[in-house]
Amino acid sequence: MTIRLPGTDVVSIGLGGAGGVAVLPLTEAGIDVVGLEAGRWMSPRDFAPDELRNNYRGWPQSVQKANREVPVHRPNDHSPEFPRDNLHPMMNAVGGTTLHYYARSYRLHPWDFRVVSETTRRYGGDRIPRGSTVEDWPLTYADLEPFYDRLEYELGVGGFAGNVNGNIDPRGNIFEGPRARDYPMPPLRSTKFTEMMADAARRLGYNPFPSPAAINTQAHNNRPACQYHGFCNRGGCHIEAKNSTAVTTIPKAQATGNLKVVTEAHVTKIIVNAEGRASGVEYLKDGETYIQPAEVVLLAGYTYENTRLLLSSNSNAYPSGLSNNHDQVGRHYMTHAQRGGVLGLFPHRLNRWYGLPAQGSGIDEWADDNFDHTDYDFIGGAHFWVAQDSRPILAARMNTFGRAPRWGSAWKGFVMENADRWVGGHLQKTTLPYEGNYLDLHPTIKDPLGFPVCRITAEYKDNEKKLASFTQEKMEQWFREAGAIDTFRMPLGPMGPSTHAYGGTRMGEDPDTNVVNQWGFSHEVPNLGILGASVMGTSGARNPTLTVQALAWRTAQHLVENWRSIST
Amino acid sequence: MASFLSRREMLKRAAAAGMTSAVPAQALAQVLPERARDQFENLSNTESEILEAVVSRLIPTDENGPGALEAGAANYIDKGLANALSQSHAAYSVGLAALDSYADQVTGRGFVTLEPSEQDSLLEDLEQNRAAGFDSDSATFFNLMLRHTIEGTFSDPAYGGNQDFIGWEMIGYPGIRLGVTVEQQQMDHFPEMTRVSAHDLPMFDINILEEGGNDD
Repeated sequence: MTIRLPGTDVVSIGLGGAGGVAVLPLTEAGIDVVGLEAGRWMSPRDFAPDELRNNYRGWPQSVQKANREVPVHRPNDHSPEFPRDNLHPMMNAVGGTTLHYYARSYRLHPWDFRVVSETTRRYGGDRIPRGSTVEDWPLTYADLEPFYDRLEYELGVGGFAGNVNGNIDPRGNIFEGPRARDYPMPPLRSTKFTEMMADAARRLGYNPFPSPAAINTQAHNNRPACQYHGFCNRGGCHIEAKNSTAVTTIPKAQATGNLKVVTEAHVTKIIVNAEGRASGVEYLKDGETYIQPAEVVLLAGYTYENTRLLLSSNSNAYPSGLSNNHDQVGRHYMTHAQRGGVLGLFPHRLNRWYGLPAQGSGIDEWADDNFDHTDYDFIGGAHFWVAQDSRPILAARMNTFGRAPRWGSAWKGFVMENADRWVGGHLQKTTLPYEGNYLDLHPTIKDPLGFPVCRITAEYKDNEKKLASFTQEKMEQWFREAGAIDTFRMPLGPMGPSTHAYGGTRMGEDPDTNVVNQWGFSHEVPNLGILGASVMGTSGARNPTLTVQALAWRTAQHLVENWRSIST
Repeated sequence: MASFLSRREMLKRAAAAGMTSAVPAQALAQVLPERARDQFENLSNTESEILEAVVSRLIPTDENGPGALEAGAANYIDKGLANALSQSHAAYSVGLAALDSYADQVTGRGFVTLEPSEQDSLLEDLEQNRAAGFDSDSATFFNLMLRHTIEGTFSDPAYGGNQDFIGWEMIGYPGIRLGVTVEQQQMDHFPEMTRVSAHDLPMFDINILEEGGNDD
């Protein structure tokens, strides 16, 4: 039997990094919101410093939805599929993956919003790689700046500003777009290891800077400062110093009295009426089927789930999936090519056991369009990052740089000496959207409820491969300058499920090539808003969450300001 | 703490006394105190003996100190088969039997009775996918055992491995601290080892073995 609930103004599908932000401006404006979250509330007791559980066992303490819906990956239409991963990159809980993310809270670079026009202006239109479907965003960095600013203060982000209203400060990222004011907190502390890397960067003429992070570096909003215990990498914070939406915007929205949180609600379909407007959602909870009617539906899952739920929600008005009458849902898929980093081996211990993935040293000289690409055969680049972040299993699973076998006494001797002498250099690389890289529903593989899982069809193209080897070479130089005795280039690998997955419901003014408009509302379904990295049209070269959150706030604010026209 | 440090001290003395680089297992047995055998719950006696022999070769007990056997890596796997590693139960049953058959086929003897060098040679065959008689292929099974042996040696002791913090001490991990000082993060500083399980801390006191879960 299906239980039809009383209607609400807005229903949000998901209360993670995006939905958990959007509910605040809505509820503060007096709009009633029902937040449907597949996971549950988690408490500090759930966040033990346990590497196995955090990094290798897919958070068994959380509701296991995503891990049952892992996307299947194949490189292209004609190739076989890879073996399916056991674990999903994201997790389900109130607060979503912001509970255990690295919390590196960057803004995108102004270039990322205007890749086509800026590349054409500087180098000519033929430098856009063939087959790429990249477009300029329908908004600029300046349009998003007030929302970045609001989120940095609302969540609590620590960092050094590199550019306040055009005043450049080399303690921060000198390449960042202009910001209205400084961060509300200083960055995470440096260590002798991060300073060693920063000094080497300066000798190479670079301007190193710490990462901005949504982590308290001093007591903030009645929560304490980070204690650097070393389990922040896919770990929740037992003292709530990590500023996930579960401890920031969601409780603040609840305090308005206008947010109803429904946990362990597994949404299966977005429902439409005869006019093709979204009328509510169907979800399962405790074995019952519910229908939650709403004036406005916000779809706020991760990239794979946003795509999957639209394609699974077909109707007479939308026979090939909701908001898909232009055949754009699932297209323009990208990741960050996060594999393809570089490892450095040092002749001394680094003592990186305590710290966090947001505590480190980064450079942006080879990111975006921060360097002249005239003589190169690719566009874009990578943000480089090394962090004070290691743990025992990770360290023991180290690459042996060709100096030892994988097991046995020789391996053991090597790892005993070197487990604390190596570090990974992370390269977050520009990845462009292409015609052949897309998401759809798998034709045969289903989740336990019988719904098809998402299928990723994607492979790196020439531009991504070229910039990967270019930036790997630069990363090797940085390690050598810092005293590394050896380096190892990690393979780029396949373009499978990723924590940085973009596209599928791209934002743009042309309905023929985009699913949502510049405000995040569907071109086809005017009362359906979509939140998440699935709306992003370029990957940028840095962590996406703050951009996702700024966009979510902007969509919510647009809804508040246009409530009558969107809701009726 | 005392037992392991003194054991390591004994090993150093043993090495100084002439038992240099390649210390045979028999010699080590003289300096390592007798270890109570883990109670296996999910693997049969035969299976657990073969698995213990395997983990002893993957991370051996040698002149550098105890290895995966003393850390209880096989016990970690056995306990995990009831929950997070359950999907690998069949792979272990089939694979360990196949390894023993392969040993018999090549040497005419069971795996556990072989000399370490012979065991290493057979394990290399598995790793290189040269061994016949395995369900999928031998390298897949070898990699499964290697991954779980590393987890069992270096994960939190609450999971049944890393006993006496052998794994963490092996690689110099200074242990769990909820609050870390500026000094304890410095490259030239070596914090003293804490020797505590996360799940012994009152805030996180749960029986992790009953939790279930997934395996990556």
